[in-house]
Amino acid sequence: MKEFDIISTRANRIDTPDKATGRAVFVDDISRPGMLYGALLQSPHAHAKILSIDTSKAEKLKGVKAVITSKDAGSIKYGVSPARYDETVFAIDKVRYVGDEIAAVAAESLDIALAAVDLIKVEYEILPAVLTIEEAMKDGAPLLHEGSPKNLCAEVHQEFGNVEEGLKNSDIIITTKMKNKRQDGAFIEMQGCIAEFDNLGVLTLTSSTQVPHYVQRTVAMVLGMDIGKVRVIKPYVGAGFGIKASANPMELACCILARKTKKPVKMNYTRDQVFMLARARHQFSHTITTGAKKDGTLMAIKHECWLDGGAYTSFGIATVYYTGSLLGGPYKLDNMSYDGYRVYNNKPACGAQRGHGAVIARAAFEQQLDMIAEKIGMDPLELRIKNMMETGDTTCNDLNMSSFGMSECIEAVRKGSGWDQKKGKMPKGKGIGMACGFFVSGAGYPIYRSDTWHGTVIVKLTEDGGTALVYTASAEIGQGSDTAFAMIAAETLGIPLENVRLASGDTDMGVDLGAYSSRQTLMTGHATKDAAEHAKRQVLEVLAEQLKAPVENMDIRNGFVEFKGAAPDFSELRTRYIKEHRGWIDNPTSEKLSFKEASRIAFLERGSIVGTGKYKPHNLGGKFKGAAVGTSPAYGCSAQVAEVTVDMETGQVTIDKITDAHDCGKAINLTSVEGQMQGSVSMGIGEAMHEEVIFDKQGRVLNHDLAEYKIVTSMDMPKVEAIVVESDEPNGPYGAKEVGEGAIMPTIPAILNAVYDAAGVRLNELPLTPERVYNAIQEYKEKNKIK
Amino acid sequence: MKKIIHLTINELDHEIAVEPNKTLADLLRYDLKLTGTKKGCDTGDCGACTVIMNGDPVNSCLVLAVQTNGSRIETVEGLSTDEGIHPIQKAFVEKGAIQCGYCTPGMIMSTKSLLDKNPNPSEQEIREGISGNLCRCTGYTKIFEAIESLRS
Repeated sequence: MKEFDIISTRANRIDTPDKATGRAVFVDDISRPGMLYGALLQSPHAHAKILSIDTSKAEKLKGVKAVITSKDAGSIKYGVSPARYDETVFAIDKVRYVGDEIAAVAAESLDIALAAVDLIKVEYEILPAVLTIEEAMKDGAPLLHEGSPKNLCAEVHQEFGNVEEGLKNSDIIITTKMKNKRQDGAFIEMQGCIAEFDNLGVLTLTSSTQVPHYVQRTVAMVLGMDIGKVRVIKPYVGAGFGIKASANPMELACCILARKTKKPVKMNYTRDQVFMLARARHQFSHTITTGAKKDGTLMAIKHECWLDGGAYTSFGIATVYYTGSLLGGPYKLDNMSYDGYRVYNNKPACGAQRGHGAVIARAAFEQQLDMIAEKIGMDPLELRIKNMMETGDTTCNDLNMSSFGMSECIEAVRKGSGWDQKKGKMPKGKGIGMACGFFVSGAGYPIYRSDTWHGTVIVKLTEDGGTALVYTASAEIGQGSDTAFAMIAAETLGIPLENVRLASGDTDMGVDLGAYSSRQTLMTGHATKDAAEHAKRQVLEVLAEQLKAPVENMDIRNGFVEFKGAAPDFSELRTRYIKEHRGWIDNPTSEKLSFKEASRIAFLERGSIVGTGKYKPHNLGGKFKGAAVGTSPAYGCSAQVAEVTVDMETGQVTIDKITDAHDCGKAINLTSVEGQMQGSVSMGIGEAMHEEVIFDKQGRVLNHDLAEYKIVTSMDMPKVEAIVVESDEPNGPYGAKEVGEGAIMPTIPAILNAVYDAAGVRLNELPLTPERVYNAIQEYKEKNKIK
Repeated sequence: MKKIIHLTINELDHEIAVEPNKTLADLLRYDLKLTGTKKGCDTGDCGACTVIMNGDPVNSCLVLAVQTNGSRIETVEGLSTDEGIHPIQKAFVEKGAIQCGYCTPGMIMSTKSLLDKNPNPSEQEIREGISGNLCRCTGYTKIFEAIESLRS
């Protein structure tokens, strides 16, 4: 691999000095002159017909500027995937979950807006609600959506190879079930937005979103506007994890209020509204059968999953496909079938969350691998190595592993955790377990069917030649993408990082599909590299003309022009530059021609030097229905070892250490890669150990705050050893691929396998509350007649 | 009825008329435009709004502005000096302890309070010192490293 000057370092992030000093601006930090405050009226019922809405009292309240309902918002349906649009801004005929939006108010203050919301009178006819998959599928159950019998939102049936044959030829067949609980994103910044129209009718929406582009399209479509008249700006965002990866009803309501009042309008969700909107990880109920030979060779997987979807589709159609498509790897396996079902019910809609669709399937399957290993008396780590895919392999559902450092990851965690010294040698109550996983480096196709570019980037050199401006519509939401792209631009141009300025998150800067499916490093990274190469080429072309030297003999590195062989005489160019530079006292004196000089001369010859770059993946995947979901130009992969202590008397599980190795291709910024790994592990631990959104019988979230919905705190977080494994991904910019989501895949099964090692119990339901683990231990003791 | 309060914020004296139900977080953010202090829940669960009041860290969303009469408040904006950013801020930047940055101001104020009282905290004391500050991005690991690097 090429030696890099900037990439693969631990450069400080470009956004964190502002974040550390409180200067970084998030949406609620912004106010506008004359700004109004909006508030939503949301349904208190899980399922009800709306008989009438009376807004007259609310409208009369002093300080109220607008009250809107579906009469203003219209009936245009939107959602995530166009084939599955099933939401309107406001409920028209009925409400489908506690929190469904009915109306919104804009007023001079938030207090007035909230008071006005209370004055809106809605007459409901309460309908019977269905809150579980079982209730929703029952004969005669009330239907949420016309045209979805049995409340079935989506179903997927796939078979690759011949599963029946594969199982017939297996010596060991294991069937288990696995269930998680509905999760919440629990990002610390609640969603907020500000909408405003200018006098020419252009709408600017500033929003806490991961996907300015998709929000722009949805807003334009729902408000009946040209996309070019809608600008979406993403300020700094307090994380998203998938939940902020589509337009939300508040953003749409805010835009409609701004249009009606002709004033800027700000709206925020409260924390309980974040829980009500949900759109986070589904509850999955898996039944998986895996067959293997006596020597450990994996033969077949038969996989069935039921997704508790909530009231709308949201990302669900992608989720139900991902759940199946991301299971087969990272192992060699010829036969796999999948039957997936997503069911509507009267709870908030679930959507995408870190490790989209695939986390619980992995938790089930990776436990089965340990069970197979135990049956045949093989080290579970060796079983995985035996079946591991290699670089260039393709899964039975056509996912191609163009780079794959999986074996290196396993060896790294084996060594890092001291696996060989610990496995099978730990005292009762202490355990060690491992698991593997992989994830896409960007969805192979956009959410709406299109040939669109997935990312476009502009690199503009300032007229003085000193600085490169990078413009991208991509979304920095905390993961470090701005820094990664600045580093890629600097590396490509051959200039120091401090000479790059970057602006992102604004749809006026181009097209970028945004921060989801771990896509930006690879996709926006490619577009950035392309744009920087374009800009650099223009500078070198001018230089070649001026110096009458062949362009292929020149390059720029570390801020200076490098010539192959003897440098031509550039004194005329330097003189010209110095004349341009009168008044400054930093005239160039170096023996080398600087980038700054060359770039200034290029500007004088050609005007603004603007490089444009773009990226979309090559055609990916098979021809079967749903083949698009799960495809990606590249896959990141990881292995993890968990070490736990289980209190056999109380069922309390303590995670002592996680050793995590991830193949991210070429690491653009090593510190950021480790940060993604550690953050992924913490979210996985939360889901494994205590996260669960709990509902009452009326469909209301009971634990709608961060006190009762328990994410990992500084007291819970175990020591995490993050080991970055680098490979050279041919489809990635400078060989880079994902790290943001793949790193969560092995966490839960590694913990579950360690719990088994410690306590002899297999848990098939999350989270691992002491009660659940205690009961499992008691059952185990009774079964094995242990006192 | 508004009440007049006197308080010092980042060593600057203020005399302000505040509504009796206004929280310190809202006073700082919306009236005084000190938006470095963040709100992540408004119920005292997340710690994003942590400021230092008379030497102790508090969730400013749980403190009424009127309760701060006569108090000394430190916010994230008060940490930087003419010499540059505060060593805690520098450590957070250099150790990669910041991702989305929304919890960061509160996390840094808790850290400051911890180190002001205990310049050489143990690992356990560091964990306890920031246990009221939730971070969903980092898994805390690099935050621990940043604080450990500041031990005297």
